[in-house]
Amino acid sequence: MVELMATRDAYGKTLVKLGKENQEIVVLDADCSSSTRTSMFREAFPDRFFNFGVAEANMIGFATGLATCGKIVFASTFAVFGSCRVFDQVRTSIAWPKLNVKIVVTHAGISVGEDGASHQAIEDIALMRSLANMTVIVPADGIETEKAIIACSKISGPFYIRLGRAKFPIVFSDDYEFKIGKGTILKDGKDATIIAIGLMVFEALQAASDLEKEGISTRVINMSTIKPIDKEIIIQAAQETRAIVTCEEHSIIGGLGSAVAEVLVENCPVPMKRIGAPDKFGFSATPAELLERFGMKSTHIVKAVKEVVSKK
Amino acid sequence: MGIEISNEQIQELEAKAKDVRRWIIKMLAEAGSGHPGGSLSSTDIITALYFKIMNHRPADPKWEDRDRFVLSKGHCCPALYAVLALSGYFPTDELMRLRKLDSFLQGHTDMLSTPGVEISAGSLGQGLSIAGGMALAGKLNHKDYHVYVVLGDGESQEGQVWEAAMACPHYKLDNLCAFLDYNKLQIDGPVAEVMNIAPLVDKFRAFGWHTIEIDGHNMNQIIQATNEAKNTRGKPTMVIAHTIKGKGVSFMEGKVEWHGVAPSKEERDKALEELQ
Repeated sequence: MVELMATRDAYGKTLVKLGKENQEIVVLDADCSSSTRTSMFREAFPDRFFNFGVAEANMIGFATGLATCGKIVFASTFAVFGSCRVFDQVRTSIAWPKLNVKIVVTHAGISVGEDGASHQAIEDIALMRSLANMTVIVPADGIETEKAIIACSKISGPFYIRLGRAKFPIVFSDDYEFKIGKGTILKDGKDATIIAIGLMVFEALQAASDLEKEGISTRVINMSTIKPIDKEIIIQAAQETRAIVTCEEHSIIGGLGSAVAEVLVENCPVPMKRIGAPDKFGFSATPAELLERFGMKSTHIVKAVKEVVSKK
Repeated sequence: MGIEISNEQIQELEAKAKDVRRWIIKMLAEAGSGHPGGSLSSTDIITALYFKIMNHRPADPKWEDRDRFVLSKGHCCPALYAVLALSGYFPTDELMRLRKLDSFLQGHTDMLSTPGVEISAGSLGQGLSIAGGMALAGKLNHKDYHVYVVLGDGESQEGQVWEAAMACPHYKLDNLCAFLDYNKLQIDGPVAEVMNIAPLVDKFRAFGWHTIEIDGHNMNQIIQATNEAKNTRGKPTMVIAHTIKGKGVSFMEGKVEWHGVAPSKEERDKALEELQ
């Protein structure tokens, strides 16, 4: 039985833990606190929680001002609003001056499900990855979320941390050592490598297990830090396995797939395939139905791995 | 609570503002590009803030108890740079390096480059929110500092300004005093024709601000407005400052053409003659 935990639940709990340790931590939200789970912090520390209503741009501005005065600011909303809606504010006011603001968004990707295309952020990694000074992290489960939130709170500078709505299967154990900027090999293999983020890490592990049964030895890498990306682990995987598949709950344009391709093409080109949302918007359906329709289930990953292996 | 000011001190401030205007003209002519119109319309407000109203330490720009100044309309940074240099944050020689390669005086304010600059700006509409964050931090940290902002009138067409207009009174930020530099011209023409923002006093009052209407070139009125802001409890203050774009240079005054064009060498000399 696979244990499930929503990354946003882990976020809310971790914020409370950090709030106890550090008085400088403040949390902002834009009328989504019950969904982003910043409500847990609000209940524990009402004097350090600020709601801005449905006004994300203004929330980012207040985050900027608070950060210039030494506060460690966590600003949360849904991924579509925390990236697309406030891109200019984040660019000019936070990324350029390297301010200490952690934008932690939830409900990212197509697994938000029934709310449909307007709420399915599949462009946010591409946007945030293009900003100088920005660190972009997509945790694979609740355990990694806790470690990523703690790690980013100890480093001054802008972060974009992308969480989901759905409960994610737990892939890490408590003793997992998270390091910003480092990928992790979750399963070794020699015939191909799957590089995945977020919810897709579990699908990737499932695919690797199925491939093993067919005699294809597949490495699985969790690439939770998309920027700065761990070039060494990608180049090593390309040199040793000669075939790469990327998996992300994001457009195949500009996200993990693009980031990995950029490293490969300049260092060690090998057959590669990107799994993710093709160049089109989503629609209302259950998360499982959407993953199926977008070709993002483990069965699709298996097919993609076979394809790149055949091109070696 | 308030600053007392003598006629003599007002004359000194007016002389200082003239000096600031001279530097604005010189630096823009040297740079060959930039924004004279709004720099000159906001000069008196920024001069009064740095030379009379604000607690700040040019030798210690990051002093944590300092009053903060946010120039939301970042393109008017020549006025701020001149005031900072004349206050002693950096040598006035540096002003002639505005917009040049490796200069710490960027075309729009960069808080990491320039001593004394509080925010990075240039994309309009963000400064009031940022100032709100600084004021909120002051409340959280039990600090007595005040936060001052200069907003543009064209800038106030940005929706985010009105999001901040809602939030600052909501959080009772009475340590915040904003000046709206109402010179009534923007790039495409008169503000009232491009996209009317009037009536400003009624709007901000309806949003919960203490409002004051002044002549933004009258030093005494600028100072009295900040005194009134300090004595206002429970709400932020918005000073609608009626100004003249290009103020102080006859051929620039009230001319929209001077929004974003630098003076030539001849125009510079003519302007400097007027500013003797």
